[in-house]
Amino acid sequence: MSMPFGYVSPAQAMRDKAEYARQGIARGRSCVTLEYEGGILMMAPNPSSALHKISEIYDRIAFAAVGRYNEYETLRKAGITYADVTGYQFDRHDVTARGIANYYAQNLGTIFTENLKPFEVEIVVAEVGAQPEADQIYRITFDGSVTDEPGYVAFGGQADQVSTVLKERYSPGMSLTEAFAAALAALSASGNGERNEMTANQLEVAILDRTRDHRAFRRIRAARLEELVSESRGKTQPASGPATDAPATPQPPSASPGPATGPDAGSTDRGSGLGGGDDTPRL
Amino acid sequence: MIAKRDVEKVFRSDEFSAIGYAGTGSVGIEFVRLFQVELEHYEKMEGRPLSLEGRANRLAWMIRGNLAAAMQGLIVVPLFVGYDEDAGQGRIFSYDVAGGPYEEQRFYSIGSGSVFARGSLKKLYVDDMPVRDAVLACVQALYDAADDDSATGGPDLTRRIFPVIATVTADGFHKLSEAESEDYGQQVVRGRMSQPDGPPAPLHVAS
Repeated sequence: MSMPFGYVSPAQAMRDKAEYARQGIARGRSCVTLEYEGGILMMAPNPSSALHKISEIYDRIAFAAVGRYNEYETLRKAGITYADVTGYQFDRHDVTARGIANYYAQNLGTIFTENLKPFEVEIVVAEVGAQPEADQIYRITFDGSVTDEPGYVAFGGQADQVSTVLKERYSPGMSLTEAFAAALAALSASGNGERNEMTANQLEVAILDRTRDHRAFRRIRAARLEELVSESRGKTQPASGPATDAPATPQPPSASPGPATGPDAGSTDRGSGLGGGDDTPRL
Repeated sequence: MIAKRDVEKVFRSDEFSAIGYAGTGSVGIEFVRLFQVELEHYEKMEGRPLSLEGRANRLAWMIRGNLAAAMQGLIVVPLFVGYDEDAGQGRIFSYDVAGGPYEEQRFYSIGSGSVFARGSLKKLYVDDMPVRDAVLACVQALYDAADDDSATGGPDLTRRIFPVIATVTADGFHKLSEAESEDYGQQVVRGRMSQPDGPPAPLHVAS
């Protein structure tokens, strides 16, 4: 029995969409989020200083995304609106990362099913608590799946490789410097055993600072970012004597050569600008 | 009848601005809250805070939206102030029932006791006053308003209710603590014990 021309089984259509989205996400760069003693750190390679991958959603909640910029920008704005409206209608304490993650899951799930093209994005929503036990990290994928990611998560680009390094370097209760070094090492690792040294102006870094009143989200930039990059590479001793939270920086583990992952799209720095291989905005 | 002795009428709208209101309490509180959310919302969406004029205009739009309710008696009139980082100075914006804003120079007041307060400030205000003096002048003005207007509450020494005082400077919004507020309140009251009409302004201007 011949099928009508152009018929695609729903299962096949979903598989195709999922494959499409996965490929799109893998073409970009990775992003990491991890808990440290003072809060939650988010880091992503980003040559642009104006277009952000990491943003504030609410008082103690932040957003990080990989994939297609215009798509996750839409989601970012929707999340902020949802949070502000909820906080206004009820109270600021009634806005939670879990609520926002569920909101994203709902939307992404619908988009995945009903749109011709799924969103090529992966999103992390993190909330900092008064105590480390209350910190939360949620990851929402292109099809609306939500997972709870305690401690740390790497997503986008060559996520597996980044995650492997991150897992080795992560431990609960790290200082900011240690967490920064771990994140930078994880993002710098590339598949073929080389290290891809990134400079401060190629990074976007933000924290959710547990101790701050009202709005916990802070971007780390300029001098402070340079300082942390240097400290994590062990190039300078931490300049300030007191309040230093960096032990001797551990030697980065030698990355074992992994299997070739096809085109080097995820592992080489694209340089400035947004251009993805196919001229689509992809950070 | 006194509706509420200890109502808060001065609020931080964002890091470099503050808002007070006169009129119906519940509507005023709602507007303040909505205004705070709107300012923060814009800042998060756009990645930068609104300009001071932008904030003043937004507030005018909100007040205009309330005109129908105001005609039925639910009046709210705000007083909006901010530190303009670009101009490097404080600025004051007043409104009427149908909106605004009107930029005011030097000092301003709103509410039922505002005419008395403004008359008092007229004599006490000096350009480029230090912060302490500005606070003291405001507390004196409030005292004068309470003295002459039955609907304005003055410092309540028995219940330790003192004015809500906040400053907005290059360092941002700062609400004085209850202890500091009490300090100023007590200072003014003590002065009034010997000079009930408050510190007199010099009649002859030194040439």
